[in-house]
Amino acid sequence: MRAMLDFYLTQMKMALVQQFQYRVANYFYMIGMIAEPVIYLVVWSTVANAQGGSVAGYTPGEFAAYYIVWTLVRNMNIVLTPYAWENYIQRGWLSMELLRPVHPLHAQIAYFAGWKFVAIVMWLPIAAILAAVFQPEINTSPWAVAAFVVALWGGFFVRFMMLWLLGMITFWTTRVSAIFELYFTMELLFSGRLVPLALLPPWAQQLAAYMPFKWAFGFPIELLLGKYTQAQALYGLGAQVFWIALGAILVRLFWRTALRRFSAVGA
Amino acid sequence: MRASSPVISIAQLQKTFYVPEREAGLRAATRNLFRRQNREVKAVDDITFEVAPGEMVGFLGPNGAGKTTTLKMLSGLLYPTGGEISVLSYIPSRRQRDFLRQITLVMGQRNQLAWDIPALDSFELNRAVYQIPRPDFDQTVAELIELLDLEAIVRKPVRNLSLGERMKVEIAGSLLHRPQVLFLDEPTIGLDVTMQRRIRNFIAEYNHRHGATVLLTSHYMADVVALCRRVIVIHHGKILYDGELSGLVDKFSALKTIVLTVPDSSIDLSMFGEVTSREPSRVTLRVPRADTSRVTAQVLASLPVSDLTVEDPPIEEVIEHVFAQGPEQAA
Repeated sequence: MRAMLDFYLTQMKMALVQQFQYRVANYFYMIGMIAEPVIYLVVWSTVANAQGGSVAGYTPGEFAAYYIVWTLVRNMNIVLTPYAWENYIQRGWLSMELLRPVHPLHAQIAYFAGWKFVAIVMWLPIAAILAAVFQPEINTSPWAVAAFVVALWGGFFVRFMMLWLLGMITFWTTRVSAIFELYFTMELLFSGRLVPLALLPPWAQQLAAYMPFKWAFGFPIELLLGKYTQAQALYGLGAQVFWIALGAILVRLFWRTALRRFSAVGA
Repeated sequence: MRASSPVISIAQLQKTFYVPEREAGLRAATRNLFRRQNREVKAVDDITFEVAPGEMVGFLGPNGAGKTTTLKMLSGLLYPTGGEISVLSYIPSRRQRDFLRQITLVMGQRNQLAWDIPALDSFELNRAVYQIPRPDFDQTVAELIELLDLEAIVRKPVRNLSLGERMKVEIAGSLLHRPQVLFLDEPTIGLDVTMQRRIRNFIAEYNHRHGATVLLTSHYMADVVALCRRVIVIHHGKILYDGELSGLVDKFSALKTIVLTVPDSSIDLSMFGEVTSREPSRVTLRVPRADTSRVTAQVLASLPVSDLTVEDPPIEEVIEHVFAQGPEQAA
C-alpha cells in the first residue's frame, strides 16, 4: 500500500512536471474547450429569458454556474482516450509498461491524476473571467462543496474506467472507431454535457441514472449547484463507487485474456 | 534455486502467429468479406536451450529469425504457443511482480524514458515502480552515471539527447533495479563505433560486478565477439547452432584464408585456390578447409614466400554462410 502510494505520488509529480512544460499548449487547449459550453450557455440563457426567467428550474444565472463548473468537470473528465490505444499498442508503449511490476492501469491513472492539478490551477483564472462575464448564481452549502470535491474525482475515475474498458476492445479488433463514436454520442446526450439532465424528458432522465455517463459529468455539477439533498448526494457518490468497482472488476476479468490477444505488432 | 541450475530454461518453445492475408484487388477484398484467409507463421519453432547464471550469450539470426519474439516470450510480453519457459524459476507469461523486478528488456529501437523531461526524473519514477530503497537507488544512479559517463546528460530533457546519449540513459534506466537477467535486443543499433564500444564495455562491467545473466541480440558481430563466448544461432525460428563462438567458425566455415607475402603479387596463384585480394607484395587466397595443409605446403615449396598466415574467415562471413545454408543444414 505504501509502495503504491509512493508510486502514485511520484508518477503524479512527473505528470505535473511534464504538463507544466507544455503550459502554453495546455492553456490554448483549455481556451479552445470553452467555446462549446459558452455556446450552450448563450442558447439556454436566451431560452430561459424568453420563457419568463427559467427553464426546468434553471435561471440564466444558474445556467452560467452550470456551464462554468462544466468547464472544470470537462477538464477532470479528460482521460486516456480509447483512440490512443492503437498507438499505445503499436508503438510499443504498452510493452514497456508491461515490463514493469505495476499494472499499466495504475500508471495511466496516476499520470492523468497528476495532470488534473495542472488543469485545476489553469482553470481558476478562466473561471474567474467567465464568472465576471456571465454572472453565475450558486445556491450551495459547505457540505455540497465538500461532496463536490469528492464527486469531481469520482467522476474522473468513473470515466477513466469506462474509457479504459472501451479502449481494451482494441485488443480484439482494430476497427473500433464506430463503437467509440456510438459511446461518445450516448455520453454527450446522457451525461449532462449537452444540456443539464433536468431539461431532458423524465424517461431520458431515468435512463441516464442507469448509465455511467451522468455520474462522471452531470452529477458533480448539479451537486455543487445545490440541486441535491444530502441523501441524493450520498446515492450519487455510491453510484460512482458502483461504476468504478464494476469497471475495475471487468478490467481484472478481461485483462489477462486481452494480453493473450496482444499478439505481436507492438509487443 | 540451486546455484548451478540454469537461470533461463527453454524447452520445445513455439510461437505461431496467424497473419491475415489476401490478394490485391476488389474481387479478393469481396471474397475476403466472407472467407478470411490467415497464414500461419511459425516465428519460433521448437527451440530448446538453457543459460547458466552469470553467462553472457549472443543470440544471432537474420531479421525475422525469431530472436526478438523469443526475447519477448522470455520477458513475459508474449504467450508461447507451445513448450515451456522458465526464467529465474518463474513462468514469464504470468508476469509476477517478483519476476519483473529481477529482469529487464532493453530494445534498441524503443524508448521507455519520458521524452519531455530529464532522465533523472524518469529514474525517480523507476525508483518508485521497482520500490528501490533510497540509499540503494542513490548509489546505483551514481554508479551508472560514472560507468556510462552520464553526468553531463542526465539533467537534459531526453528529447534533446543524441541517439547514443539516449541509448546510454535508456540502459541506465533499465538497470536501476539491478536486474539479474538482462535481455538486450540490439542495444547498440545505430550508434557510432565509439559509443558501441562504450556500451559493450559497460555491459561487460555490469555482468562482472553483479553476476547478471545476459542474452544479447545484435547485428554487430563486434558486440558478440567482445561479450559472448557462447552463441545461439537461430534462423526461421529454429536453432542452427548453440555452442562456443570459436566452434561456430570450425563448424560452419568450409573455407580458410591464406595470406601470402611475396615479392611479386601479380603471379598466377589460381591453381592453389581463389584469389580474393591482391595488394603490392601481398595476396589473399581462399581454400577449402580440408585442403589447407596441402595447399600451404605446395605454396611454400613452389614460391618465394617471405611470410604466410592461415586465418579463419571473418565472423560476419561465417554467420552469413550459416544463414545462407538455412535450417535444413542445422546440426
